[in-house]
Amino acid sequence: MLNKNQNSIIRLANAKKSFDNKLIINDLTLDIYDGEFVTILGPSGCGKTTALRVLAGLETLDSGDVYLENTCITDVPAEKRNTNTVFQGYALFPHMTVFENVAFGLRMKNIAESEIKQRVKDILAVVKLTDFKDRKPAQLSGGQQQRVAIARAVINQPKVLLLDESLSALDYKLRKEMQNELKMLQRKLNITFIFVTHDQEEALTMSDRIIVMNKGNVEQIGTPREIYETPINLFVAKFIGEINIFPGVIESCLGEDKYIANVHGCQYTISTALSLQLDQQVNILLRPEDLRIKEIDAKATSAQITGHIIERNYKGMTLDSVIRLDSGERVQISEFFDEDDPDFDHSLGQKVAVSWVESWEVILKND
Amino acid sequence: MINSSLFKRFSIGLLLVWLSVFVLVPNLMIIVTSFLTRDDANLISLTFTLDNYVRLFDPLYFKVLSHSVYMASIATFVCLIIGYPFAYTIAQLPKKVRPVLLFLIIVPFWTNSLIRTYGIKILLAKKGLLNALLLNLHIIDKPLKLMYTEFAVIFALVYILLPFMILPLYSSIEKIDKSLIEAAKDLGASKFITFLKVELPLTMPGIIAGMLLVFLPAMGMFYIADLVGGAKNLLIGNTIKTQFLNIRDWPFGSAASITLTVFMAGLLFFYYKVGKSIKNRGNNA
Repeated sequence: MLNKNQNSIIRLANAKKSFDNKLIINDLTLDIYDGEFVTILGPSGCGKTTALRVLAGLETLDSGDVYLENTCITDVPAEKRNTNTVFQGYALFPHMTVFENVAFGLRMKNIAESEIKQRVKDILAVVKLTDFKDRKPAQLSGGQQQRVAIARAVINQPKVLLLDESLSALDYKLRKEMQNELKMLQRKLNITFIFVTHDQEEALTMSDRIIVMNKGNVEQIGTPREIYETPINLFVAKFIGEINIFPGVIESCLGEDKYIANVHGCQYTISTALSLQLDQQVNILLRPEDLRIKEIDAKATSAQITGHIIERNYKGMTLDSVIRLDSGERVQISEFFDEDDPDFDHSLGQKVAVSWVESWEVILKND
Repeated sequence: MINSSLFKRFSIGLLLVWLSVFVLVPNLMIIVTSFLTRDDANLISLTFTLDNYVRLFDPLYFKVLSHSVYMASIATFVCLIIGYPFAYTIAQLPKKVRPVLLFLIIVPFWTNSLIRTYGIKILLAKKGLLNALLLNLHIIDKPLKLMYTEFAVIFALVYILLPFMILPLYSSIEKIDKSLIEAAKDLGASKFITFLKVELPLTMPGIIAGMLLVFLPAMGMFYIADLVGGAKNLLIGNTIKTQFLNIRDWPFGSAASITLTVFMAGLLFFYYKVGKSIKNRGNNA
């Protein structure tokens, strides 16, 4: 949810940008608030990097404006903006030492050499690179280079730090570590971070808010939890995590936001704030962990969605199954271990019933 | 497997024979000759002497050497001043246009440089194109003496050798990661500071390579000095040529030639050392 009480630190208003007649960002309006960690998430080519470069001043807009603390900076070039960028490939100056790289921004501001020394020392301590100050970037590991790039940017005390896919070059374990370090650094420095990534897991882990973009437009803005639990459209639902989509038709209205929907010939009670008509087609979205597998109950009075288990994957914490429904669709289910449940161990090929925890479903209109 | 190893041996063998016959043996012959004595009847007589090298210290030859270094240096410097913006501009142009422009730089090589030097004569002569143009534009009222001057030699050297400056510069400028320039900008550097602190240092290998590629040949291009420089503006190449063809003092010509080669090898070694220290500075610090 947008918090209207907070002050927008950087704002993109009705931004449009195209390259070679291809629209990259289309009428984009974003408000980023002071001190938050925002992730712009989207598939490659969705315009997220362009949006970031516009904020940095490295790209000019065809139309629209950029505001930094309510001052229009649309025509202010990158070198005069109070923003700094951590580039995707880090872009460290290869002919300079770590110290010289980090000191670069301060030198551009003609700050006294003694103060530069102190501030570089301080920031290198923060990113744990004190012993590496005389090394060249080529002699550092990927993670160390990453930290130099961050130090080089944050030492200038920017209003906003822009990070462009900054972790994507690191291996899995290091990426996890850096995610935590970044988050901690952001709290410590209290600088607004805008992080661009295509990695939904990264976005969920680090962000205060996520902006999901697709084809130059914003699809949804919200906290990681809102984005994951209540996606507002199919794109967001499919892009963030795994999701199962059941087609449903509204059969009757129960009132109080509850409806009876027909799913594959079975009746389910669904709840949604949407106002739906009779016979309206809807998509019922369910995360794998929202679904349950049950033994077929012969005495059941109402019909059940049934299918065969075609895959069982042990994942440590969970047991993931793929079930082919009788209607032909595949459904993914992820269950937590419960060794005391006699019903838990289903075998491959077994015919089972699928249900979900009532009211955990997300309903989207099918249009 | 057998075939490939046979082929390998054959190619290496061919290379060895080629280098021995056309590089090693001739150079050895010149080295040997440089220690022998001049003989009017047989060109050389087999008497050992160091006299040829001693004679090189004659102030006359030293003057030719220093004047030659002076002209080659100016030509190199002018090439750098013209070549850098040239290469820089090409590197900024769209990727599709660049090969065409590089091709155009190479096209003049298809004409023999001797013929192109004659072309310069036509351009710079008293009644040549340049004087005619300046006269017609009323910039000057009597023709300038351009031919047979230091200017003419340097002009011709720059004209002939400019591509050797542009090509290595272009390749080093083009290699610079654009994000480095953006990073400098992002950190508050103006265009000029970015050039000074980022682009210039990163293209230093290209600058040194270009300077060597211009300076080394410039010292030896005797036909340019012959055709446009007159008697006073000689290059070392002229001295060597004169010793062999006109004075017929082969041993002395050989000594001068070997000295020039050693001098150039020294410069190349220096380049190698500088290149290595640029790379190493980071590694050991």
